[in-house]
Amino acid sequence: MLHIEDLHASIETDDGAREILKGISLDVPAGQVHAIMGPNGSGKSTLSYVLAGREDYEVTGGTVELDGIDLLDLEPEERAAAGLFLAFQYPVEIPGVNMSTFLKTAINSIRKQRGADELDALAMLKRIKAACARLGIADDMMKRSVNVGFSGGEKKRNEVLQMAMLEPKFCVLDETDSGLDIDALKVVADGVNAMRSPDRSFLVITHYQRLLDYIRPDVVHVLAKGKIVKTGGPELAKELEATGYAEFLDEVA
Amino acid sequence: MSSVSKETIATVADMAGRYEAGFVTDIETEKAPKGLSEDIVRFISGKKGEPDWMLGWRLKAYRKWLEMPEPEWAKVDFPPLDYQDAYYYAAPKSAGDGPKSLDDVDPKLLETYEKLGIPLREQEILAGVQNRTPVAVDVVFDSVSVATTFKEKLKEAGVIFCSISEAIKNHPDLVQKYMGSVVPPGDNKHACLNSAVFTDGSFVYIPPGVRCPMELSTYFRINELNTGQFERTLIIADKGSYVSYLEGCTAPMRDENQLHAAVVELIVHDDAEIKYSTVQNWYPGDFETGQGGVYNFVTKRALCEGRNAKVSWTQVETGSAITWKYPSCILKGDNSQGEFYSVAITNGRQQADTGTKMIHIGKNTKSRIISKGISAGRSNNTYRGLVKILPKAEGARNFTQCDSLLIGDHCGAHTVPYIESRNKSARLEHEATTSKISEDQLFYCTQRGIDEEEALALIVNGFAREVMQHLPMEFAVEAQKLVGISLEGSVG
Repeated sequence: MLHIEDLHASIETDDGAREILKGISLDVPAGQVHAIMGPNGSGKSTLSYVLAGREDYEVTGGTVELDGIDLLDLEPEERAAAGLFLAFQYPVEIPGVNMSTFLKTAINSIRKQRGADELDALAMLKRIKAACARLGIADDMMKRSVNVGFSGGEKKRNEVLQMAMLEPKFCVLDETDSGLDIDALKVVADGVNAMRSPDRSFLVITHYQRLLDYIRPDVVHVLAKGKIVKTGGPELAKELEATGYAEFLDEVA
Repeated sequence: MSSVSKETIATVADMAGRYEAGFVTDIETEKAPKGLSEDIVRFISGKKGEPDWMLGWRLKAYRKWLEMPEPEWAKVDFPPLDYQDAYYYAAPKSAGDGPKSLDDVDPKLLETYEKLGIPLREQEILAGVQNRTPVAVDVVFDSVSVATTFKEKLKEAGVIFCSISEAIKNHPDLVQKYMGSVVPPGDNKHACLNSAVFTDGSFVYIPPGVRCPMELSTYFRINELNTGQFERTLIIADKGSYVSYLEGCTAPMRDENQLHAAVVELIVHDDAEIKYSTVQNWYPGDFETGQGGVYNFVTKRALCEGRNAKVSWTQVETGSAITWKYPSCILKGDNSQGEFYSVAITNGRQQADTGTKMIHIGKNTKSRIISKGISAGRSNNTYRGLVKILPKAEGARNFTQCDSLLIGDHCGAHTVPYIESRNKSARLEHEATTSKISEDQLFYCTQRGIDEEEALALIVNGFAREVMQHLPMEFAVEAQKLVGISLEGSVG
């Protein structure tokens, strides 16, 4: 599924380019959930942005392939069409654009790129309604502007709704647990779990172990200072909960 | 119905200036050469078979025009106009002038027609192709029968809807009474020029108590072959009547005539309402240099003459090299209301200076201004508005909101609100914001599979939604597409 090899990326700052990802290699086979944990500033969010193709980051080395397709060669929208989805840590507000228009535009853009027919308004409405019902989202949220005035929980549920509707192969969840109370966390986790399937994989980025109680990972990686410093099973997350990240920070330094 | 009162005339004159008495003259019939002179004015009037009073009115305007200075206060920059280098009679163009077929038309323009889904024959008309399939502009209709049904329905309701030239012949009383009563010829140099040489436009009269059974549109009017250059529109809504009028066209209109100076006058009597919507998409000129674009100098003004009269201007301005336009409301009747909803998009080298004037004269008059300016490329976009409360306007209220959105680092957005209040009971609110389109928003959309240009169109339409939702349905969908097309080339 996703194959990352020796990925280096940097960002332009006032003091010149600063390297944030310093050679990441990672394999996520189809059907698996991998978690990436790490302290603040370790490069977790950068990794998600680089995978999705955000312009601010420059890839200075390495490769990223999704089912053999070189992602780094594609525009962000082409990566989305190739099956990459990023659930944002801070979902962005788009005033005046209601959710249903946004979803329609996104779904049809992706269908068009994948060579499928665009859905008509009725077919679209049915799908949106069905997806909302599954995630316990009230219909009237579809009439509101994208993320404007949404509570923290609504924003994250909205990310999962979009994920469900765009039918991606590979989902990156960037700190989806941040700002969620336990009930909202469960709803979001249920939504994600419902999407787990043998031909879909997830990369769950989180600072805390808590989310992983609800979304059980197959593999846990620790990212520190731009590198993966340890890889293990779900028990690694528990360990980190007990010991913290101090050990890894020292190791790399 | 009452005629325009002294107080109103005084106010209008105060804003504009006055003009002198005229005279009558013979009709000349030779072909109109380039340039502007009394002879040309007589020629136009003669060609139209106008009565003497109309010619006298035009000549008065012409003489006034000679003396008037160019308005120079707007934030637009262009070389001085050479009035003698233009044609003033919209005679059929000679065969050498325009493109011979669509093959000769700028491919970029054709591409846009394609995107808007405009049929081929209509494309020829819009692009000004010579020797095109000989059909009148009623190809804009699906069939001639639509036009016929349309006319019959209006007749049944007692609505008069015709060209201004027909109105001058068939409804001289109404035209003499109202033409120039809201925008007198001496209002400004451009309106004055229009008064002297106008060749086309619409006339609408809605009788008392009648709700016009359909949206009226220049697009649907017959004999509309030469639109544009010097249009003059006069709409009168008699007591308790209602009409919604659509002007313009989302399709980009190429025109050999660089200078456009239209005048629109609306008169609204007691309890009547006019909703006037415009989509303006004249050729904006070369993207890099701005060469060849239309100068759109328009004077639009509504007079809420009666009690509870209401006027609503909605405009989507995307075209023209220069837009100079301030659809205004004179709120004379007590409890009368004026609204101005505007989206102005500039890209490339376009310059727009647009806004409104709300003149509160009557008691408890209300006005609302929502302006959304979007600047991209190397363009400049200015909102300029005046809210004026006169001493008798007890309890007047205004709400103004001006939002500007910048795309890229080379464009400008300017907001110039003027507020004058001479009544202590007036309540005025003004809100203004300026923002840049955010990378976060664009990235969020592209991550969802939407390409950058479509994302931009989506975000900008969202920004402009408050205004777009005031457009009649059939216009709104096209206008949204137009927003996207207007912004092409502004990202990436």
